[in-house]
Order: sequence, then C-alpha cells, then structure tokens
Amino acid sequence: MNTPATLLSVRNLTMRFGGLTAIDDLSLEVPAGKITGIIGPNGAGKTTLFNCLTGFYKPTTGTLRLAHPTRGEMRLESLPSHRVARDAQVVRTFQNIRLFPKMTVLENLIVAQHNVLQRASKFSIAGIFKLPGYRQAERQAIERAAMWLERLKLTHLADDAAGDLPYGIQRRIEIARALCVDPVLLCLDEPAAGLNPRESAELNELLLYLCGEMGIAILLIEHDMSVVMNVSDHIGVISYGRKIAEGTPAQVKHDPQVIKAYLGEDEEEEVTGGAAA
Amino acid sequence: MSAVVFARHAMTPAERLRDAGWVAFVGLILGIPLVGLTTVDVGGRLGVETRFGLLAAAVAAVFAGRLLLRWAIDQARNRKQERDRASTATAADRAHGAQRVVNVLGWVALGASIALPIVFSDNRYVVDTATTVLIYVMLGWGLNVVVGLAGLLDLGYVAFYAVGAYSYALLSTQFGWSFWEALPVSGALAASFGILLGYPILRLRGDYLAIVTLGFGEIIRIILVNWTEFSNGPNGISSIPRPSFFGLDFTRSAPEGGQTFAGFFGLEFSPMHRLIFLYYLILVLALLTHAFVSRLRKLPVGRAWEALREDEIACQAMGMNTTNIKLSAFAIGAMLGGFAGVFFAARQGFISPESFTFTESAIILAIVVLGGMGSQMGVVLAATLLVLIPEFGRNFAEYRMLLFGLAMVLIMVWRPGGLLSHREPTVHLNASGKTAATKEAAR
Repeated sequence: MNTPATLLSVRNLTMRFGGLTAIDDLSLEVPAGKITGIIGPNGAGKTTLFNCLTGFYKPTTGTLRLAHPTRGEMRLESLPSHRVARDAQVVRTFQNIRLFPKMTVLENLIVAQHNVLQRASKFSIAGIFKLPGYRQAERQAIERAAMWLERLKLTHLADDAAGDLPYGIQRRIEIARALCVDPVLLCLDEPAAGLNPRESAELNELLLYLCGEMGIAILLIEHDMSVVMNVSDHIGVISYGRKIAEGTPAQVKHDPQVIKAYLGEDEEEEVTGGAAA
Repeated sequence: MSAVVFARHAMTPAERLRDAGWVAFVGLILGIPLVGLTTVDVGGRLGVETRFGLLAAAVAAVFAGRLLLRWAIDQARNRKQERDRASTATAADRAHGAQRVVNVLGWVALGASIALPIVFSDNRYVVDTATTVLIYVMLGWGLNVVVGLAGLLDLGYVAFYAVGAYSYALLSTQFGWSFWEALPVSGALAASFGILLGYPILRLRGDYLAIVTLGFGEIIRIILVNWTEFSNGPNGISSIPRPSFFGLDFTRSAPEGGQTFAGFFGLEFSPMHRLIFLYYLILVLALLTHAFVSRLRKLPVGRAWEALREDEIACQAMGMNTTNIKLSAFAIGAMLGGFAGVFFAARQGFISPESFTFTESAIILAIVVLGGMGSQMGVVLAATLLVLIPEFGRNFAEYRMLLFGLAMVLIMVWRPGGLLSHREPTVHLNASGKTAATKEAAR
C-alpha cells in the first residue's frame, strides 16, 4: 500500500452558471485514508467543487467517481444530495455553519442518524409502539452520538440548544454531526474559520485522529495555512476554477504558480493581488 | 404614547410626573367631548350641558392612574432584574422548571376538561363552546405538525378540514356509512389531499409556499361551491347522521329494531346526552391526536420535521430525503385536520362551504403561532383564548372583533415567541434527563 487507492476521482469537471465558469475542466484525485487539502484565493471555486461533489449542484460536464469501499463504484454527479450522503457516504460541513440551532447538540447528532433510525422505526409503526427493535436502534444511536461527543469534548454540552453555543464549539458540533452519518469521505469547508490558534491546533489533532485512527478520508478546504499545511498529505491549488498546482505541502508552498495566484505576478502587482485575495 | 409604556429604563420622579401630565392632557382633550359635554332633553329639544366637575375628576383619575401604572411597571421591572441577578440557576434549570409548570398545567387542563360536562351537565352553552374549543385544539395540533414542527407555512389548512367534513357528509348521506366507518376513510382521503398539495410545492419555501397553500384552500372551497352535483353547492349538505354510542342513538324514540341511549341505560331522554357524548368524543379524538403527535415528535420522523424547519440544506447534507419528510408532514397534518372535519360534520349535522373560508385557516394558524410554534400545550391555551375571547366579547356587540384583534396584538407584544415558546428536547443525555426519561417510562 505504498500508493494508496484512489477514493474519489474528479475528471474534467466543469460548472457554469450562465456565462460564468466557476469550475473549468478540473481533475483531481482524492486518495483513500488521507487528508487532501484544497486551497486557492477567494472565489476560486472551492465551495462550488464541494457543492458539485455533494449533489447540491449538477455539474455542467465531467464525472465524479467514488470507489466506495463496500458498495463499488458510484457516480456522484448523478445522485441527489441526500443520496450522496446516505448511499455514497460522502458527508460535508458548511462554510457558514448549518446546525439545527433550536435542537440540542445531542438531537443534532441523532438527526444525522435519521436513515438508520427511520429504517428501524418501520414507517414509525415500530417507533410509536416502542417495539424492542426500535428501542435498541435508538439506544445505539444515542451511544454513537455520545461516543463522538466524548471524542470531540462536547459531552457536557449535549443537552444545550446548539444555536446558543459559541462559534468555535458550533464548528466542532458540525463535524461531530457529520461523523454520525458514518462518512467514508468527509468534506470540510473551512473548518478553522473563526477559530483561535488553540482551537485550530485542536482541530489539527482531530483531523489527524479521524484520518489515522478511523480511516476516514478527508477533503479539506481551508484558508488557515497552519491547519492545511500541517495536516494535509496532499494539496490541490485552485484559481479561477482551474487547478494550477498539486503536490505535497512543501511542493505547493514553493510552486511559482501558487505564489503568483496568491501574491500577484511581481512587486508592483503584489499589493493589488494580495488585496483581491 | 404606547412607546412610553415600554420604555426600557426606569423613570425619575420628574419624568414620571411629566409623563403622567401628558397622558392627563390627552385625557382632557378626549374628555371634553366624551365627558365634559352631554346632551339633555330640554322640553322636547336637545340641549347641551357641561359637566366640567366630572371631567376634572376623570382627568385627575387618569393622571393618578398613569402615575400608579408607571410606578407598578418600574417596580415589576426592578424586581425582575433583581431576580435575574440573584438567580444562580442555569438556563437549563429554568427551562426544566418551565416544563414542569406546563406539565402540571396539562394535567389540570385534562382534569378540568373531563369534569366540565359533569359540572355543567344542564348548560348547553358551556358544553357547546367547550366542544368548539376542542375542535380548534385538534385542528391546532394537526396544523402544528405542518407549521410548528416542519416549519412549512400553510395558509390553506381549512381545505383538509373541508375534505374530512365533506367525506363524512357524502359517505353517510349517499352510502349510509356510519361515523366510525367513515372516520378512518375520511382521514385517509384528507391525507392523500395533503400529499396532492405537497407534491407541487416541494421546492417552495416561506412566502411562496404560503401563497400556494392559500390558493389550494380557496380551490377546494370554490369547487365545493360550484360543483353542485357533487357537493350541493352553497346550499350545503344537511341531515348528516349523528354518531351513535356503540349503536345506541341519541333520539327520543328508538329507530326500528334499535334502541336509544336513554332507553338502554334507563335514563330520561334529554338532548344534553348527545351534546355531552359529542364533547367526550372530540375529547378522546383530541387526546389521541395529542398522544400520536407527541410520540411522533420523539421519533426519527418527528426529529426530521424539526430539523427541516431548522435547516433544509443541512438535512440534505445529512442524507435525509426532504421530499418524504415534507410529504409525511403534510399527510399527517392533513389527516388530523380531516378527522376534525368528520367530527365537525357529525356534530353540526349540516355543512356548507361557508364553514371553510380563509378566515378559518387564519384562525387555526393564529392558534399555532399564538400558542408558540411546536408547543402542544400552547395550542390548547391559544385555542381556548381564541374561542373564548369572541364569546365573552358578545357583550361588546360590534366591538367584538376589535377586541379579538387587540387581544391578539397584545399577546404577540407580550410574548413574541408565543404563549409557550419553550421547546422540550426529545432526548437527553445527562442525569436530569435520565430521571425525566424514567418518569415518562413509569407513566
């Protein structure tokens, strides 16, 4: 296993909105069991890529092939968003946190296990009469949620309304909720945004744990270089919808194309380019 | 002026005096024509007399009253602030306390509603009004599923009420079905209308959804008005059979081969028997609805409804099929509305499209919103208020609806989240939750 198997392969992906081409002929490989970083200036098309991946957008052209470990090959571009999460087990978080704010943290994590529980409740009939099969499924769901709460140090907040908690904690809850869906590929959209340095360091630890111990492949959009450079095995750089570079963090850091995209072409353009980014 | 009532800060004495002065001035201006001048009969002609003494007294009373009111408001606010500062209880504890109060209230309400027809067994008006309250409670609980839990704004809920009512009316008058036979069928019919409405509006949200549901409600009503061969148009359907008590009719004389309720139990015939029976019937239906909805709320489908209300995109990202979730909410809400409609038709014995206007939808929605979205007890409170206020308002004749509107505005100002806006979590992890869970299991 020197060269890990490819979990997701993006081929010639193009996404147009009318005249605007947000993603232009992008190809990318996401290896199984590794952390893949996606970086690029604002508006480069990173979140659009996520939206295509998770079924929220239908790509104009291109294929998204997922080599699911148990269910064989799946074509993500043809699945509606809920099936991407349910069947392909590709689960995402959002740049602007999307929790269920009035529900408690625990409920958020239970809702994420909706499909398992719904099947156990047999069209709610087993659920209404509290049949043993359903009760066991519910107990397991709570245990599973409790396990992730414990791992992410959220247990003491389990019964608080998710929307009332601080921003950094909400980010953690969103990751915990995504983990409850049992992902094979976890797509994190700027998980370190708004976190302080200590929280970012904790996030690094968590990502390494998820990938190393749990074997979950992670696709990570991130601006915080202390996160993305430290944890990524592999980084893809996108600018104006195109992939401009790819490689290990060290390679990417010194790639002239990347420096150009982030800082501008020469001394004179550096100020304007930097401001635009 | 009203803004002053809700001033955020406590007033100084000088401010209070000035405030009261202004109010007294307004009182004076209004008082001159209202109190200061009065007409008298002067030998067949109309004369005007002044009552400045009385006016002065009234203005003085306004001045003093305003001072007192301000003082009371400030006192109440100070006390509340002190309480807030002193209380070391966490938000969760307070919420727990609130929930306990609501639970106690629920049991008291249940006891009262069981005892009511026994206490007022010869008061037709009270039992009738209570029955109306319960119909609205049931409708409120049904709509609560759609609006309160799933967050789908439905302005045409009365359509399902109408479907239920007309289903029973037609099944019983045309095909001779009994109440108990028609009840499940009508419920299922209403549910399928719910799905029928649900399909075209799956992609709509908020205002757009509201407009389409509004249109749906009107379509059903207009069909009922115009399709005369089917629904007898605006004349409605009359002599709808009343439900029987396990085959015993509530009539003076027994039908052929049958027996009357009074005859069977050896009672003297009284028309109140049927009213009380109907009251208990809707009470049982409402309680079943309550048990059903409360249970659903704690199941995956109920949690999914609430999650849908909170964030539809996140639901999809969690692998939830939002189409099914929305349709199930519409179907279940519609079914409960249909049941209420069946009861309505059976109780009235006559229905016409006039009973199913937009105003009804608006009142049911007001019950849900006023009660606090998603709150089952809130619906009971709001339904009681919204039925009783116009009833009490009868003394005020033409001001009745004005009073009704004013009460609604005041409630929303006083409690913007509804009467009972506290949301009880469906599942707990910590110790206090465990005790709550065991308590529930013991019940």
